[in-house]
Amino acid sequence: MDFRYLPMTQEDEKEMLQTIGANSIEDLLADIPASVRDKGTLKEVGIPLPETDLIRTLSKLADQNMNTKQYPSFLGAGIYDHYAPAVVNHMLLRSEFYTAYTPYQPEISQGELQAIFEFQTMICELTGMDVANSSMYDGITALAEAAMLACAHKKKKTIVLSDGVHPESHDVVRTYAKGPGLNVETLALRDGETAIEQLDAIDDVACVIVQYPNFYGRVEDLQALADATHAKGGLFIVSANPLALGLLEAPGKLGADITIGDCQPFGIPQSFGGPTCGYFTTTKALMRKIPGRLVGQTVDEDGKRGFVLTLQAREQHIRRDKATSNICSNQALNALAASIAMSAFGKQGIRDLAVRNLQTAHALKKSLKAAGFRIVDDGPSFNEFVVELPIDAEEASRQLLKAGIIGGLPLGTYDANRNREMLVCATELRTKEELDQFVSALGGLTHA
Amino acid sequence: MHKSSEQTLIFEISKPGRVAYALPLATVEEAAIEDMLPSSFIRTEDVALPEVSELDLVRHYTALSNRNHGVDSGFYPLGSCTMKYNPKINEDMARLPGFAHIHPLQPVESIQGALGLMYDLQEKLAVITGMDEVTLQPAAGAHGEWTGLMLIKAYHQARGDFKRTKVLVPDSAHGTNPASASVAGFDTVTVLSDERGLVDLEDLKSKVGDDTAALMLTNPNTLGLFESDIVEIAKAVHEAGGKLYYDGANSNAIMGIARPGDMGFDVVHLNLHKTFTGPHGGGGPGSGPVGVKQDLIPYLPKPIVAKTEEGFILDYDRKDSIGRVKPFYGNFGINVRAYSYIRTMGGEGLARVSKEAVLNANYMLARLKGAYDAPYDVYCKHEFVLSGRRQKALGVRTLDIAKRLLDFGYHPPTIYFPLNVEECIMIEPTETESKETLDAFCDAMLQIAREVEETPDVVLNAPHTTVVKRMDETLAARKPVLRYQPKQEVHA
Repeated sequence: MDFRYLPMTQEDEKEMLQTIGANSIEDLLADIPASVRDKGTLKEVGIPLPETDLIRTLSKLADQNMNTKQYPSFLGAGIYDHYAPAVVNHMLLRSEFYTAYTPYQPEISQGELQAIFEFQTMICELTGMDVANSSMYDGITALAEAAMLACAHKKKKTIVLSDGVHPESHDVVRTYAKGPGLNVETLALRDGETAIEQLDAIDDVACVIVQYPNFYGRVEDLQALADATHAKGGLFIVSANPLALGLLEAPGKLGADITIGDCQPFGIPQSFGGPTCGYFTTTKALMRKIPGRLVGQTVDEDGKRGFVLTLQAREQHIRRDKATSNICSNQALNALAASIAMSAFGKQGIRDLAVRNLQTAHALKKSLKAAGFRIVDDGPSFNEFVVELPIDAEEASRQLLKAGIIGGLPLGTYDANRNREMLVCATELRTKEELDQFVSALGGLTHA
Repeated sequence: MHKSSEQTLIFEISKPGRVAYALPLATVEEAAIEDMLPSSFIRTEDVALPEVSELDLVRHYTALSNRNHGVDSGFYPLGSCTMKYNPKINEDMARLPGFAHIHPLQPVESIQGALGLMYDLQEKLAVITGMDEVTLQPAAGAHGEWTGLMLIKAYHQARGDFKRTKVLVPDSAHGTNPASASVAGFDTVTVLSDERGLVDLEDLKSKVGDDTAALMLTNPNTLGLFESDIVEIAKAVHEAGGKLYYDGANSNAIMGIARPGDMGFDVVHLNLHKTFTGPHGGGGPGSGPVGVKQDLIPYLPKPIVAKTEEGFILDYDRKDSIGRVKPFYGNFGINVRAYSYIRTMGGEGLARVSKEAVLNANYMLARLKGAYDAPYDVYCKHEFVLSGRRQKALGVRTLDIAKRLLDFGYHPPTIYFPLNVEECIMIEPTETESKETLDAFCDAMLQIAREVEETPDVVLNAPHTTVVKRMDETLAARKPVLRYQPKQEVHA
């Protein structure tokens, strides 16, 4: 059988073995103990598929999923259905980007390095922070890394998470905390907002982490939370939806020491939750503690401007067990997608897009109220909020599917006490017709 | 301002009023912002994103791509990174709407195809590695390492064994190994290599004990050598009550040849962006699934995709799980690409991949070992190391040789790693490169070796053909400029 990715001919093999002075490829493997040699187990992987059959096989699997291009979706909760301008995918398919690796050789990697430098700049602009790195796996592991940084920097052992932070962030932070044996405490919400006075009862606080807008959609008063955190001697960490920052005040102006988040709203498909692209920003004071790759501007031998990976003394390949983080691969290609999308939106476009999201969700909130639904902890929000349903929200979600609608998130998924609540999201892609259809389908539930 | 011969930044071509985006037609009421949000919540300063037309945008990123070298541009023998060809069809498959445009929190009945693919991938990776169960959650190799070590920690602690605070790591290991051990809360103990370039068994035996949580090992190791004492190594670690961790960065050498599970490893991570062709993306995204043997299954991150009579489910009912290591279910888009590759190659193809990768590496070693020192002149596996010490004695360093390779249109090999080889040059050709490409690269390396002797300045002053010359990295680190500042004047 010939394989289109394997160029070696029998003649090549013979010539190469001759040069090596070996009789067969088996000679090259003779140092492997016979007892550990594989006995043909790969047969279980199946037969090779030609491209046509591969497409048929994978398309069949893809078609078993209900996708958001076909069905209107009201799901958010960290992954959003936004439009990626066509230029994003076309530029991403420039294979000089996607078939390269980390830009270790700056002379032939200026494209990637400059793209990252521009990404870092855009993220600093959005967040109002001094320094951004080249990307993290996703917003949630970026949050966990921020918590670890805070504990190491403050030499304290307690991470404080608002219950307004994504439940999966809580989960991931708890897993990370088990490594060095850190404590995780939580702050409950009151009327939809972090009840910060609970901080008084917690000791050894390295950081307080909040989400902006919070998981349930509410926009909280960051400055007040920052002040309380700083009074307690902790770092104030904000997990911010970068699209919301097109309209909302930047965390950097509201006392954030670290702002992290996920760039998925910018040109990155939902892709079943990954890969997305975490961003990580902080102040000048903490610049040398930042995890991951950083790109800096410099000059070449002729004084010509160029870019390099810099401050690498923080990183695992230099510092090994003393590194600030173990991260190596990041999400560079998705950072590129986000940069292209942000450049497409531009200064005015990002604000307009944020406003349209706000307007669409606001319109949905209004119609739901008019239809008699209660909005839970109603208050300032962006493109998400919580609605109370007359029946179990998971059951509602199933009924909505049958009506051709991907409903919001049943909150019972994360909190059994909230099983009649649904976290709904309406982005710029939802039309009035779809909102009406959704409200009417939810109305149908009440009589079910 | 930038010089005319410099690449402009996108911010420098920005002009107020230009856009490359149009909002969807408005269908909902365009309510006033102040009616929806308190004014104190609104930004006081606009986000200074660039203002460009769509063509400006396309030209800019096309220009940047032209200043970048990828596998499609030319040979990229970056050791331990497995820069093989990234099949185009994989990109198409990951972009099918049924994969790219599905939300992770949709009801399970609306995502059966995605779960089915993940389940089958878990099964196939278990077969390939010889492990009993696989999680697809870790985002990359280093993330997989940390996940694997957390599993091992949970295993020991569940048995009431809290004294295992140490992770043994060979001196030739990837930097992520000790860094991951540290993040997982372990102390790292370095195990020395012997004159063969392999784990020094005596040194290992003197360091392994009842405080050993695990030994992390890459096999073949970063010198490209198979740890032929693997059975004894596994025995020593297991007898001391430790676990054996397989760093899968070099798994391109072993498919169908020797499975980590059969070598005695208890935990394995794979880099799907290396061996299984998910592209490297200029640094990522990757994917780092972790496979384990039976006794570690209870601790795997949740959820795991499971098969029931009613279809595939996300199984959260795992009380001993270490918890989540990543939101949702891992880098699904990369997992689709890897699945597409595995189905394309089948078992037969994957077995050929490793054999041909090994043959290619040995062929290059045979051609180059006369002109450069080969510190370990034995058959290698998928990669090998040379030392530039002979050239260094003539005043030319490995860095200079790497820079000279740029003039030939190649991405240089990994250099100065592993740390236990002086002036190291680490070459991994992969199986997707033809003999002609390998020959042309070897010819270039041989020419450079001659230049070092005859016209060293050509090498010392390289590169001569790239868009920029060698960069001042000291300046970058000493006076960090990590973002564009309008009206800045950074350089002379």
